[in-house]
Amino acid sequence: MDQPIIADRRPDAGNGEPPAVLARGMTKSFGALKAVDGIDLEVPVGQIFAILGPNGAGKTTLMRMLATLTTPDAGTATVMGHDLLAEPQSVRASIAMTGQFASLDEDLTGRENLILVARLWGFSRRDARARADHLMAAFELTDAANRQVKDYSGGMRRRLDIGASLIVTPGVLFLDEPTTGLDPSARQRVWRMIRRLARSGVTILLTTQYLEEADQLAARIAVINHGRKIAEGTSRELKAATGSGFLHVTLADPAQIEAASALLEQRLEAPVQHNAEDMRLSVKAATAASASDGVAALVAAGVELSDFSMGSPSLEEVFFSLTGQMEETAPEDVA
Amino acid sequence: MSDQPTLVQHAARPPRPSGVSNALVFGWRAVLKFKHVPEQTFDLVMGPIMFTLLFTFIFGSALAGSISNYLQYLLPGILVQTVMFNSMYSGMGLSTDIGKGLFDRFRSLPIWSLAPFAGLMVGDVLRHLIAGLIILAIGLALGYRPEAGVVGVVAAFILLVAIGFGVGWVFLVLGMLIRTPATVMTLGFAVLFPVVFTSNIMVDPATMPDWLRAIVELNPVSHMASAMRGLMTGNANASEVLTALAAPAVLTVILAPLTRWLYRRE
Repeated sequence: MDQPIIADRRPDAGNGEPPAVLARGMTKSFGALKAVDGIDLEVPVGQIFAILGPNGAGKTTLMRMLATLTTPDAGTATVMGHDLLAEPQSVRASIAMTGQFASLDEDLTGRENLILVARLWGFSRRDARARADHLMAAFELTDAANRQVKDYSGGMRRRLDIGASLIVTPGVLFLDEPTTGLDPSARQRVWRMIRRLARSGVTILLTTQYLEEADQLAARIAVINHGRKIAEGTSRELKAATGSGFLHVTLADPAQIEAASALLEQRLEAPVQHNAEDMRLSVKAATAASASDGVAALVAAGVELSDFSMGSPSLEEVFFSLTGQMEETAPEDVA
Repeated sequence: MSDQPTLVQHAARPPRPSGVSNALVFGWRAVLKFKHVPEQTFDLVMGPIMFTLLFTFIFGSALAGSISNYLQYLLPGILVQTVMFNSMYSGMGLSTDIGKGLFDRFRSLPIWSLAPFAGLMVGDVLRHLIAGLIILAIGLALGYRPEAGVVGVVAAFILLVAIGFGVGWVFLVLGMLIRTPATVMTLGFAVLFPVVFTSNIMVDPATMPDWLRAIVELNPVSHMASAMRGLMTGNANASEVLTALAAPAVLTVILAPLTRWLYRRE
């Protein structure tokens, strides 16, 4: 059980409280490209909410609009009860944003970075130093406190960056792809931190392109693609919406993956999803009988299987069945 | 889980600081850069030393009969030239900050929107004073004598800082628009070279062909250099100084709001 990361803060997700984020019809175009095309969002106080989508889906643009960094073309939103357009400074006073690329001054030391932000919030010199030292300790960066950030690893930067977002405890913490580019252990560490933060009452809105991340962290997930929200719900609801079971087969010989895929597609009359890395194929199978029929067909055709199973869809399969997209390649992320 | 981090204590927001306080914090950041980026300080020191020595010894005798005569003419102008070229630093720094996403952090904080730029300007002013004092010291060592004494020199340095402040906005705007610091520098040189060299900084326009003299006399940089000479020799008049201040004032009035607009756009 993770302890709350911020002490002295009551989880105040009471009834009748306005949501931390309430957005209606958020829209933003860059030239001819509609990056975000009429998205509604409602995030209750204290929740971890994930915006899931491929590169270029509009996740970052949506988040930047809610963090007052990008002005929407249309739509309205309140963040912690403050109107995004009418009271941007009040919104800024109640949020913190950790962008996709660490928002740190690489020439300064880690400690100086935190002092800089604390001083900008209005902490006195002494309080700013104390706050910086406290956060450096909490994020296990004390040993590196007086090193320039340019010498930090990716995981250390991310921790420092999140630390900078906690100088003043925010009402809503925006995390744009918090673990992109981190190794598995650094990722686990950031996840643990996010959970503990949420437990202490901070609302967290994060974007991710990792289905596992959304599945692991978020109470609710909005799936977006091409600037539109195509689904929203808990991870379980999203899986249930995709319906029936899935047949998963793992091949022994990578050379057979194309032939096996074609065969399954023909036999089960459903699109087959490839995962070339672990040589896995997944296909919707309405009944156990049709699934076993598919396996039998593969074996009869001489396809060597190292494993097969029948199960509920993974979030990945949910995502693909929602977007109808078979490969992960998509246009470059805008803004 | 072995590495359970210690608890982060909740911190409430202190009373909102003034815009001036925000700007001073950014100024502190500019000062820290002197400490952490020593190569920048090296550029800052070497540039003026090289220029002053080079021009004095190469052109001195040919242009003014003697090195000390020429230095008397050149030194106030070389101060203007140095300040104009040094104004590029902030623009380059700004371009780096925006490219690295650092400005997203500043833009999402409830601070005065011109504070980050005011902080860059603090760094600029410090650079101008350091470079100016180095040039003055070299000049004095080589025989330069400001006839107006300390008062004249102080007045000239105030004008110098005002010039740097005005020109600085040009590079802040470029820094907002251009995402690579090297391009800011290249473009900066492309703009500054013709403006600085078609002025009276190095050569008295009396010896120039008519068409060129007309251009040189129109160039605001010539007016800045003349006013600097006037202040340092003690024969400046108010209209000369006001003319020198016109260009920086116009640049500030137009470009400061433009910078603020660029900062909040998107």
